[in-house]
Amino acid sequence: MNYILILISAVLVNNFVMARFLGLCPFIGVSTKYSSSLGMGLAVIFVMTMSGSATWFLDRFILIPLNLGFLKTIVFILVIATLVQLVEMIIKKSAPLLYDALGIYLPLISTNCAVLGVTLINIDAGYSLLENIVHSAGGGIGFTLALIILSTIRERLEYAPIPECFKGAPIAFISAGLVSLAFLGFSGLPVK
Amino acid sequence: MKNNRGLAVFLGNLGKDNPVFVQILGICSTLAVTNSVRNTFVMCLGLIFTTALSGTTVSLLRFYIPQRIRMIVTVLIIAVYVIIVDIVLKAWYHEIARELGPYVGLIITNCIVMGRAEAFALQNNPLLSMLDGFSSGMGYTWVLLIIAVIREFFGAGTVWNIKIFDAWTNWTIMIMAPGAFFVLALFIWIVKSFFIREKL
Repeated sequence: MNYILILISAVLVNNFVMARFLGLCPFIGVSTKYSSSLGMGLAVIFVMTMSGSATWFLDRFILIPLNLGFLKTIVFILVIATLVQLVEMIIKKSAPLLYDALGIYLPLISTNCAVLGVTLINIDAGYSLLENIVHSAGGGIGFTLALIILSTIRERLEYAPIPECFKGAPIAFISAGLVSLAFLGFSGLPVK
Repeated sequence: MKNNRGLAVFLGNLGKDNPVFVQILGICSTLAVTNSVRNTFVMCLGLIFTTALSGTTVSLLRFYIPQRIRMIVTVLIIAVYVIIVDIVLKAWYHEIARELGPYVGLIITNCIVMGRAEAFALQNNPLLSMLDGFSSGMGYTWVLLIIAVIREFFGAGTVWNIKIFDAWTNWTIMIMAPGAFFVLALFIWIVKSFFIREKL
């Protein structure tokens, strides 16, 4: 039951994009087309879950015993960059079709602050390994959900008569604000 | 000549090349920390420190960094300065550090720092890179402070935790997530329509 609560919390209540403002750069950058945001979202779910569990082991068995907690940011960013490279190579060899679909989005993920954010939040919250994996995957799913919602809105905005000065970033932020307002409704759910 | 270049870089980063509202970089922290002026100020000091010094360091090492691994080297250099900021905050300003939470560590992935190191410091001399980093940080700071003042004033009736009106109905929405998006959107819109109309 606890795991379900963590999942719901990460996807809806504390949505990484809408409530915690993480991963906004790709969020605004990629969300102009539905197909590309789906690809980006899947890649993020994958990398988030992988790096969430990898950093848990690193923190528990290397950083804490050696009392090197203050190095966690630097270690985690390296782990994420390495993982992204590794994932890219594995997918390229084993699933060329998937690689073609995700291709350009994979390298972008290493600079996605949502991925680093999820690992840091995991450690702060003191999750167990399984809770950690559930929370990381939930974070990725929440990111994907928000990305897909915004991209479909923006596809329609392409043809809408928007005042000149609002085109581009401002209207994207206004739409994001409205979506975020909708997500605020989930905060009534009895999960933390 | 060199002075002119420096001045142009400096003013550009504050105005027409501003990292936040022109290049739309570093948005995550822009929105996350601006619900209180004090936290914003501390965050901005951290960012100015990081961009200025990481720009200088990257520029000093620019002939020794192999092209293929430059990203990872840049990230490491930035990470060192971010960790310094993090430790200093935790040691002396514990309360603010707790409120800022993971966002201090996330200066590493702040696109402004990475972007300036990558786009400017790798091609220019250390002094100019430091100026560039510093002014990018300043450009980020003034935008953030304005947004923070607006959000804190409407959201809590205070500025820097000082009460402005005694009887003020808090607009709770302003200190929550949607308010941040709306204020930023309106800010970009105003700036765009008044100052940089020719770029549209």
